[in-house]
Amino acid sequence: MLRSIFFLLPSWILLLVFFVGPILLTFYFSFTNLALTGTQAQSMEFVGFQNFAAMFEDPGFRVSVMKTIVFLFLSAIVGQQVLGFLLAILMKEKNQAFRRIIGIIVIAGWVTPEIVVAFCWVAFLSDSGTLNMLLNSLGLESITWLYSFPMISVCIANIWHGTAFSMMVFQASLDDVPKTVEEAAIIDGASKFQVLTRIILPMVKGSIVTNMILVTLQTLGVFTLIFTMTGGGPGTATQTLPIFMYNQAFVNYQLGYGTAISLVLLIIGIFASLFYIRSMKVQI
Amino acid sequence: MNRFKLEKVVPYFILTVIGLCFMLPLLWVMFASVDLNAKQALTIPKEFTLDNFTAILSDPANIRSFMIGLFLSCGQALLVIIVGVLAAYPLSRYSQKYKKPFMFTILFMTSLPITAVMVPVYQLFIFLKLQDSLVATMLFLTASGLPYGIWMLKNFMDAVPLELEESAWVDGASIWKGVKRVVAPLMIPGICTVGIFTFSMSWGNFFVPYILIQSPDKFPASVTIFQFFGTYGMVEYGKLAAFSIIYTMPAVILYIFAQKFMSQGFSLGGASKG
Repeated sequence: MLRSIFFLLPSWILLLVFFVGPILLTFYFSFTNLALTGTQAQSMEFVGFQNFAAMFEDPGFRVSVMKTIVFLFLSAIVGQQVLGFLLAILMKEKNQAFRRIIGIIVIAGWVTPEIVVAFCWVAFLSDSGTLNMLLNSLGLESITWLYSFPMISVCIANIWHGTAFSMMVFQASLDDVPKTVEEAAIIDGASKFQVLTRIILPMVKGSIVTNMILVTLQTLGVFTLIFTMTGGGPGTATQTLPIFMYNQAFVNYQLGYGTAISLVLLIIGIFASLFYIRSMKVQI
Repeated sequence: MNRFKLEKVVPYFILTVIGLCFMLPLLWVMFASVDLNAKQALTIPKEFTLDNFTAILSDPANIRSFMIGLFLSCGQALLVIIVGVLAAYPLSRYSQKYKKPFMFTILFMTSLPITAVMVPVYQLFIFLKLQDSLVATMLFLTASGLPYGIWMLKNFMDAVPLELEESAWVDGASIWKGVKRVVAPLMIPGICTVGIFTFSMSWGNFFVPYILIQSPDKFPASVTIFQFFGTYGMVEYGKLAAFSIIYTMPAVILYIFAQKFMSQGFSLGGASKG
């Protein structure tokens, strides 16, 4: 017993101070008027639910919640999940070399650090960037992507960065589908589409659910990509909750209010994580 | 073309189109980095040059930011491995009452978004007078990477047969020596996987050092590249592209390395027979 405490102590100290501590502080600070500068920086007061009342009154908060939902839906659920599955299923039983090349290209986007991803896409989508050059060569007008379609732009960049993860998860689970079952269905006269919807999809259902929660959690925390591509703008066009939290805490110096917003993020994260653990059905 | 043939060709066609779409933004960075007159649009450089790279690498401020990045990421990876192996040992070897809730808590922590706690972490750092400290930033990063590290290392350790360790004890080794000489060496593939993953996550992390470090001379590469982006981004595309490629290289190299490890790594079962 004593020995195991000795082994566990370093990790417990680190996790308590830098992981559990900040989570508890999130709950505490959310109920204070903590500010970065001014008198409230020195004497912080307990203000009850004031931050939350202000938050639900704040149109900026409502906008951010909507933006977060759109960002999650387009880039995580539709984008990464569907594109990742499509890639995995199309690559199944294809020419080995071809599979490898496509795999490497997609994974390259995943290995690239977020800030470089942002830089690549800002350049690619810029007014005289590659995409507009291609459009022009097809005889189409240039589009100011980052101003006219900012949300689409950050979603595409996030899909480019994240799809490889879903692709690899689905590749692994598709490999687990026994070939004999598929072959038997085809002999019984099932079409390719029927094999997909009646046999493959039900068999990989578990990994679809787990992957969806995991990708949603990752996307919920995306800050760097949006912050460096659009800074949340133009206006509030791409101001998701993490950006809104950052602006309130560090631009407007309202740490208490910023923490209340992070508490909302944290609570969504906690529920999604609990779902994730349930879906994993782990044995410990 | 008959229906059967079409069915074979269509997937290849779709995959090629997706592949091209994925490749274009990367191609631009590669071409721009070797072109002195790089523009926003993809152009084949008229003259191949490494001047952009030498310009980035000859600036001592850039070198320092890479070194600081290495310090944060290597330090974090090393600490996660050491502290993680220590924590994994009792969790893997002893049966205890608190083991199950602890492992569930760990798994729960692996999926929480770190973004959500950054505001209170900043406040905590001010309170403890740790702001602008690279070591404290590294410790925070270590804590954020520990849940994943402990979880993976415990699973890798479960695969190391207990008999090997017991025979070491019979030969007079202490528990501590057993971990160091028998268990850890057999877990090398697992340790490398966790180390590489932790390093890559940390190396690419911009938000944490951006919030916790204030002095520009303490910025790691991820934050420096952002400053560069803001200051010269609209003018010096070639240099920024070169910076991006140098900065991306460690993550790419380690990923290739990790793949080799992961494919040959899990043959631990044979160890007990040998």
